Amino acid sequence: MTDVARHIPDRLDSPAARLLKSWEVLLLAVAVAIFIANSLASPYFLNAWNLSDATFNFTEKAMIAFAMALLIISGEIDLSVASIIALASTAMGAAAQFDVGVVTLVLIGIGTGLICGAFNGVLVTGMGLPSIVVTIGTMSLFRGISYIVLGDQVYKGYPSAFAYFGQGYVWWVISFEFVLFAALAVIFGILLHKTNFGRAVYAIGNNPTGALFSGIRVRRVKFILFLLTGLMSGIAAICLTSRLGSTRPSIAFGWELEVVTMVVLGGVSILGGSGSIPGVVIAAFVMGLVTFGLGLLNVPGIVMSIFIGLLLIAVIALPRLWQMWRFW
Amino acid sequence: MTQFLKSREALLIAVIVALLALIASRFPAFIEPSNLSKVFNDTSPLILLAIGQTLVILTRCIDLSVAANLALTGMVCAMLNASMPGIPIPVILAIAVSMGAVMGAINGLLVWTLSIPPIVVTLGTMTIYRGIIFVISGGEWVNSHEMSAAFTGFPRAEVLGLPMLSWIAIIAVAMFLLVIARTPLGRAFYAVGGNPNAAVYTGLNVGRTQFWAFVISGTLAGLTGYLWVARYAVAYVDIAGGFELEVVAACVIGGISIAGGAGTILGTLLGALFLGIVKNALPVIGISPFWQLAISGSAIVIAVAFNARASRTKGRIILKRAEGTA
Repeated sequence: MTDVARHIPDRLDSPAARLLKSWEVLLLAVAVAIFIANSLASPYFLNAWNLSDATFNFTEKAMIAFAMALLIISGEIDLSVASIIALASTAMGAAAQFDVGVVTLVLIGIGTGLICGAFNGVLVTGMGLPSIVVTIGTMSLFRGISYIVLGDQVYKGYPSAFAYFGQGYVWWVISFEFVLFAALAVIFGILLHKTNFGRAVYAIGNNPTGALFSGIRVRRVKFILFLLTGLMSGIAAICLTSRLGSTRPSIAFGWELEVVTMVVLGGVSILGGSGSIPGVVIAAFVMGLVTFGLGLLNVPGIVMSIFIGLLLIAVIALPRLWQMWRFW
Repeated sequence: MTQFLKSREALLIAVIVALLALIASRFPAFIEPSNLSKVFNDTSPLILLAIGQTLVILTRCIDLSVAANLALTGMVCAMLNASMPGIPIPVILAIAVSMGAVMGAINGLLVWTLSIPPIVVTLGTMTIYRGIIFVISGGEWVNSHEMSAAFTGFPRAEVLGLPMLSWIAIIAVAMFLLVIARTPLGRAFYAVGGNPNAAVYTGLNVGRTQFWAFVISGTLAGLTGYLWVARYAVAYVDIAGGFELEVVAACVIGGISIAGGAGTILGTLLGALFLGIVKNALPVIGISPFWQLAISGSAIVIAVAFNARASRTKGRIILKRAEGTA
């Protein structure tokens, strides 16, 4: 390490070169490569309806991933998102047994998400507890409540209009979920990259003490982020429940891993402070294409999870290996 | 003495005694020695894994792959036994222990050499190990009739009135009480977790210490993998699914600080026993087992809140975080 100075460049790359070397562009190249590989591997891949079906693999998870990206950039994490889906879905299922309207169901889904998010937020920001343990705890707690309510039962009988959120199409092959996903991507992109709130999120992730001393209300910002994550989990619960048409307590089991993988794959540092929404959007497409392509090749879901686990570790390990190799 | 009375361990003992008294007031059969030893035996796998997890958490890491490690090792042992019933038990034990150690070492190496956050590493390896079980078994079960009598008999074999499984848990507790108190490695776990910077200046290799914590955690998970499969006489992809959360819960309830460097093996033992008693008492007092998950979840949240309250000093939280990220 004595001649580190040798490796410090005396000028920065041009903006175009920096863009070319960015994580997002690399990821985009990977996405294109997977797309081409898929269309070569299976004759059924290049079909508008099949591709439209493929988007369902990631739209719900990606909605949560947007909020999770902000949360991870701020230096916290929420592992309870999949359990929030289970609880919100159970709450909607219970309400559906009383023949309530679609609007009420949606409000219940969103409300449950917000309450769960607020609960995490109060524990982490109000009591100053580490988010990783708190959300491991609430992960069992929220899903546990679903199990208490449902046991081995299942809720069905959602109103037929409710099916639109997960099964409806806005125009031709463009599903409602995909439109929602795109809209949320834009909203979160603007929130993170174009507003004061977004700057505050980066500041907190890089240096919480510095952020506090520069007048950012660190705890309030973090609380809002937990609320947002809860809200997005609630919205994802509405889409997923509507798509499946039924609720079991094991719904969305293990999704927290896929959401975190998506965020990390999108170039968000797990230690906080850096990352972008466009990166997460491309990562969502990459993961969706990989799972869909493997599905077309009849690879079982649990084997796909090996790929996802490897992807998660490789994505973080490779840049570090590359850096170690350069400094050797 | 007064110090002990104020400690987390004393509080837990009081809670456990109160819990037992409460159950006994309605169901006296629950606290008969034979039933209590059954409860202890049932909790032994949790105790074994929680000891390993304690060491990992002491060094500021977390190991979420323990349950998947247990399941993969268990499946390999079961398949070996099903295809070659002649393999003696000591060989099976050696295979289980070394497989677990290798899987723990993979976690440890990724954390040590590449400094990837442990939560990411073990979330990843958790799914990878679980997926491998499916690949090697093809999703098939290994049932009791395919296992040899010696294979399933080992954890149940009674020595001095207690099954082998319980004895292994007791030996592990005793061994790691000694390791933590009397060996340089044991002290290093505390030093590395308490203050990594200071640990470096005293000549400790932080990464290597964390590596050894992961290896020990993996080894215990591997050993438990064989014992688990042999005891329940069945192996399939999803055995011990979600068990890693119960293990972390036992540690957190036992007063192991997630910020590293604080906690004892005794605390972990009591935390595990608390969960074990609750789990075994639920069906006795007529509550659906579906409550189990929510109860461990609440127990984690309450225990974390307790841990933080016990160690709080004014204005410390933010500064401490800043140190941790530097």
